[in-house]
Amino acid sequence: MSARARPYTAALAARFQLTLQYRAAALAGFATQLWWGGLKVMIYAAFFASAPAAAARAPISLADTITYTWIAQAFLVLQPWWADPEVGQAVRTGGVGYDRLRPVDTYGFWYARALAWMLARVAPRAVLMAATAAVIVPLLGLHEWSWRPPAGLAAGLAFVVSLGLAALLSAAIIMLLNVLVAATLNERGVNTLAMPVTILFSGNIIPLALYPEAFQPWLLAQPFAGVLDIPCRIYFGGLAGDGIWLGLGLQAFWTVTFVLIGRAALSRVMARLQVQGG
Amino acid sequence: MSGAALVMKLFGASIRAQMQYPASAAMLTLGQFLATVLEIVGVWALFDRFGQIRGWSLGEVCVFYGLVNIAFSFADLVTRGFDIFGSEFVKTGAFDRVLLRPRSTVLQLVGHEFRLSRFGRTAQGLGVLVLGVQLSGAHWSVVDTGLALFAIAGGMALFAGLVVLQATLAFWTVESLEVANVLTYGGVQAAHYPLSIYATWFRRFLTFVVPIACVAYYPVVAILDRADPTGAPAWVGPAAPLAGFAFLAVSLWAWRFGVGRYTSTGS
Repeated sequence: MSARARPYTAALAARFQLTLQYRAAALAGFATQLWWGGLKVMIYAAFFASAPAAAARAPISLADTITYTWIAQAFLVLQPWWADPEVGQAVRTGGVGYDRLRPVDTYGFWYARALAWMLARVAPRAVLMAATAAVIVPLLGLHEWSWRPPAGLAAGLAFVVSLGLAALLSAAIIMLLNVLVAATLNERGVNTLAMPVTILFSGNIIPLALYPEAFQPWLLAQPFAGVLDIPCRIYFGGLAGDGIWLGLGLQAFWTVTFVLIGRAALSRVMARLQVQGG
Repeated sequence: MSGAALVMKLFGASIRAQMQYPASAAMLTLGQFLATVLEIVGVWALFDRFGQIRGWSLGEVCVFYGLVNIAFSFADLVTRGFDIFGSEFVKTGAFDRVLLRPRSTVLQLVGHEFRLSRFGRTAQGLGVLVLGVQLSGAHWSVVDTGLALFAIAGGMALFAGLVVLQATLAFWTVESLEVANVLTYGGVQAAHYPLSIYATWFRRFLTFVVPIACVAYYPVVAILDRADPTGAPAWVGPAAPLAGFAFLAVSLWAWRFGVGRYTSTGS
């Protein structure tokens, strides 16, 4: 590993290990997400069973919708719900002054920390959810409510790549929120507005494919699709062949765009930053 | 001073405190409103595609959805003290001070905060309810209004009871257990749809263990003048919300037991 990257990987590793210590939080999160997932599965099953004709026309099947639901619950904290709470704390307490004094690029440093914070929270939840929805639920005889395997080997591999891009994109969006927090010195307002946008446009409320047809091209192209919807579509084969490249390309495009915007905005904010505290 | 007057005084102080930051209060309320409004977008999209869910129309589902949200928002207004009880009262030892005052613990914790921002959810629930009544074309009589208010009161009691139980657990666990949110927020989420769409075991759990069905399903079936698809007799609807009050009574009994077992963590 090159010496230039070392401070960032060290920041990532340290935050990852620290966040991983919160086992009770991970268990509580898992229990909540299991309840939510089970509820949604029952609701989808009822909708699909109520209207067989509409269900046959639906762009994704019930089995795929259920798998999508479990993936969404497993990777819930991989989505950009909030600004990094430690950035909010740093700008309010004046701790941001230390970050500015470090001989590293502040954007890169915060980005690495945000990524680690997300990954460490998602890892235990995703493992527990996969074990439950993909293994235990079928063993209980609820096969039709379970998390199914991917559409094929290629889909599975592309899903892993897409999930990685989703993490990078999500961290880039969190960095935009962090910049807003640093500019406004207040995370509450930023989080209040970020959460509804994320929940709606990532596909968390319902899979984006189930919204009316007229919105579909726009829904796929907007950036939040990249944090959940695109990986899911690749997983069950909704995006296959060239579609996979389109999905991955969209994720990469939005990631690069947001990193560039975030960097520029952060340097402007930092030029005018007043360090709080005393 | 009577208990009710004291609670009103505490609420007044809490409201004045929040109004010191009017922009923040307005934004939090707006955020609550937006977050809950977006949920309904998903419901609308599913009905747009599938038309109905097990014989229930969008309008009817909106009536279920609106009523349970109103009930929950009212419970949420006054139970903040119990919500944060573990982390801010037990862990810090602040509950010692509460015990020293010559007033009941429940009264003091209810008076802890009156969360204005929760009116965002009330507004959304009310909007969805009105929309639901319009869309479903349900005949809405004076009796229905009374039943709706009774269901809301029962629901408020039930959700308050759940938060009190969650706080009671903190006497043993010290930290607030967020897992209990599964039953409050998760229960509201479940009750957004008529409970007849769920699996039987799940419906039984929500009727006999945590009686959300009694405050958010059976009375609404009666309001909508529908026969219950799960086969409950007609008298159940108007009587069922009583279960919410019974649940709160049991929770308060458990709370008193917990207070008796309290050992301070303070130094």
